[in-house]
Amino acid sequence: MHAFANPARFLKIARPMTPILLVIGLMLVFGGCFSGLFLTPPDYLQGESVRILYIHVPAAWLGMGGWSAIAIASLVQLVWRHPLAGIAGRAIALPGALFTAICLVTGSIWGRPTWGTWWEWDGRMTSMLVLLFLYIGYMALANSEDDRTSVSRATAIFGVVGAINIPIINRSVVWWNSLHQGPSITLKGSTIAFELLWPLALTVVGFSLIFGGIVLMRMRANLAEAKLEARLRRMASL
Amino acid sequence: MNHWPFIIAAYALTFAGTLTILVWSYLSMKKAEAALAELEKDK
Repeated sequence: MHAFANPARFLKIARPMTPILLVIGLMLVFGGCFSGLFLTPPDYLQGESVRILYIHVPAAWLGMGGWSAIAIASLVQLVWRHPLAGIAGRAIALPGALFTAICLVTGSIWGRPTWGTWWEWDGRMTSMLVLLFLYIGYMALANSEDDRTSVSRATAIFGVVGAINIPIINRSVVWWNSLHQGPSITLKGSTIAFELLWPLALTVVGFSLIFGGIVLMRMRANLAEAKLEARLRRMASL
Repeated sequence: MNHWPFIIAAYALTFAGTLTILVWSYLSMKKAEAALAELEKDK
């Protein structure tokens, strides 16, 4: 990992990777969404509304995955003081918050025709809403600092401690009674029929690649801005 | 109940959000890297 500690080495990899991730991601997302909307049959219980699954599940996965990545970046910053860890945490926060919000909104839209309600204060929905507030708190803390190439110790600790919410979200449908369905995809297999499941693989991988591309672009922007600011400061002091 | 207005709304919001952050991140990156390149050229 320390081999990538050098921002110049990171940029050498990130520059060609950014368009590759975005192009493949967009192709998979459009393929998966088209298949989910027009090629798969409606669910025997949920009817047509099951098609929201193909965007709701990737959004939930990225909201939780984004915070897991922030927690790892924060830990790496606290323990090894990796120069890219703070930049990575900052870059992940906004897309993570966006996909968490998309998960909440699409879940709410799905809930109306399926459960007859837009919202229910149950374990899954409430813990997901808490995740959105955690993202907002992290961004507020990080943006209150002057150094845009890192995050403070307090922000990094917040990133690690906030990860407590991830297993709570994951297990919430098992621990508490919920309108939300139980875990459909586990290590043991899936309770979703293959006819409905295969486009989900495309959208999960596609949105994940787009998320990766967005994070790389935001990291590149932060690095360039920091470099520019340092050069301007040096020129001003001469 | 017709489910399609709900499906269309969910997909429209998802695509609008994703494309907005995608374009915004791309433009921010291009602007920052162009400003840095410009400064390095002038040096």
